[in-house]
Amino acid sequence: MTEKKIRVLVAKPGLDGHDRGAKVVARALRDAGMEVIYTGLRQTPEMIAEAALQEDVDVVGLSILSGAHMALTPRVMELLKANGQTHVKVFLGGIIPDEDLQRLKEMGVTGVFGPGASTEDIVRDVRMALAG
Amino acid sequence: MTYSQSVLDGDRLALARLLTQVENDSAEGRAALIELFPYTGRAHLIGVTGSPGTGKSSLVNQLTLHYRKTSGKRVAVVAVDPSSPFTGGAVLGDRVRMRDLSGDPGVFIRSMATRGSLGGLAQSTANMAQVFDAAGFDIVIIETVGAGQSEVDVARLAHTTLVVEAPGLGDDIQAIKAGILEIADILVVNKADRPGVENAEKALKSMLELAHPAQRVFKHHGTYMSESVPANKVEAGLWIPPIQRTISTEGRGIVELADAIARHLTHLTQSGGWAIRERARLEVELDALIRETLVSRFRETVPQQQYEDVLERIVQRELSPWEAVKMLMQK
Ligand code: B12
Ligand SMILES: Nc1nc2c(ncn2[C@@H]2O[C@H](COP(=O)(O)OP(=O)(O)OP(=O)(O)O)[C@@H](O)[C@H]2O)c(=O)[nH]1
Ligand SMILES: [Mg+2]
Repeated sequence: MTEKKIRVLVAKPGLDGHDRGAKVVARALRDAGMEVIYTGLRQTPEMIAEAALQEDVDVVGLSILSGAHMALTPRVMELLKANGQTHVKVFLGGIIPDEDLQRLKEMGVTGVFGPGASTEDIVRDVRMALAG
Repeated sequence: MTYSQSVLDGDRLALARLLTQVENDSAEGRAALIELFPYTGRAHLIGVTGSPGTGKSSLVNQLTLHYRKTSGKRVAVVAVDPSSPFTGGAVLGDRVRMRDLSGDPGVFIRSMATRGSLGGLAQSTANMAQVFDAAGFDIVIIETVGAGQSEVDVARLAHTTLVVEAPGLGDDIQAIKAGILEIADILVVNKADRPGVENAEKALKSMLELAHPAQRVFKHHGTYMSESVPANKVEAGLWIPPIQRTISTEGRGIVELADAIARHLTHLTQSGGWAIRERARLEVELDALIRETLVSRFRETVPQQQYEDVLERIVQRELSPWEAVKMLMQK
């Protein structure tokens, strides 16, 4: 029996082309021993939820630098729930103003990381969210 | 409800979860495989392998689109990428090229890391394919990077194996390993929009001649056929791998490729090759299971300490491994 691997979907929803952060995070999670499914740019919430389901991931990581996070994130959360993936933890990164943090938490987002966030912190929080 | 019943009922979340169990080789996964086994043996397994970056995922994307547009067939994709040998993690990026397939309930894509398991990769891929087969997918496409023995083993699972090459990968011939060419049922020269297609095709053709020295391969109606083999013999059981050109980014050559795959399938069923491949595959699987079961049964009878002691004596060269086996197995 092989050990259970943490599987993470890293996705870029919307029309936002900033993909450096998503790639940095994907690599950091890989280096921490996780299996990261990278979907590439311009994903709709529907595509993200479908991929999360097919890949049976433990974590969905959204990278949004376009300012559209308050529209895209709740839609992804809704679809995950509709698919029965309520156990999936959602992390968000990118340009997220502080005033949105409270509402994102209320939506069920587990963690939010902005520019300059350390990848060690991201790895630690992902592990903690799944252990808890 | 058990996993297997839900999977047979078409529950996609159950299917996804079961694939995880099967990949982890858990007790639940094994139990489900047993229950699902009677429902397997129907899907056409297509292996897609070749050097990194030759356009395998783009090709799988186009082929799947083609099948979905021209037939009611349901298609599953297992996309295998290497795990890092240092951290055990992986970035699985094949989905990036398959975005056209999203939103289609007749398609299911699953990414898989090699997990550095010795020989276990072929087994777990075979098990994943069996789950899709039982779940009613008519075609299961398995994408692997044709880099090493384990990938060759995976490609061997397939009924039809495509080996994908592309022009401009350094010295064209170097890019492809002889061992991989031997498992090709169809050779694909992708990126045919790039300069150097002719050379790549020529290189493949001469390698084919080396791999099939008994036949002289020549071009006939756009596909390569052997001239020393009369047409009736081709029908009677010899398959000469055709070389197909494609441009996956534009969807060119895909219809012709799908035709070649269909011809290979017909050939397999008519020549008895399908049954032979199934039998060979199941025999390998049975042997592996017997070996595994015997080893674990045997290990249960030997206390760990005794095993360690014997191992230590071998390390000290007091005992040869052959004598050790005799000693351990005698009681
Ligand atoms: C580089 C850059 C670009 C590059 C992008 C190259 C690329 N392929 O990524 C280019 C030049 C193409 C570009 C273009 C544009 N940009 Co720009 N760009 C930047 C810049 C300077 C840095 C972004 C970056 O790469 N950072 C490095 C990475 C590593 O950091 P990061 O993405 O923030 O990721 C970290 C965290 O956010 C977090 N994280 C990120 N994703 C995830 C995901 C998960 C799951 C987790 C856990 C964590 C996490 O962890 C990462 C590591 O610390 C920022 C300003 C800034 N300081 O952020 C503007 C910025 C993002 N851009 C901006 C704008 C407006 C644009 C343009 C619209 C400009 C224009 N008018 O044309 C275009 C749009 C392009 C498009 N198609 O989307 C604005 C966005 C404003 C907003 N959201 O309100 C910014 C904030 C600049 C500004 N202050 O105005 N840009
Ligand atoms: N010009 C051209 N580019 C292509 C073609 N097919 C694929 N590509 C490009 O080649 C690159 C690699 O394509 P992929 O489909 O990811 O190749 P792959 O073989 O699956 O790659 P790995 O899984 O990483 O080994 C991408 O940038 C594609 O857009 C083609 O027919 N012509
Ligand atoms: Mg690929």
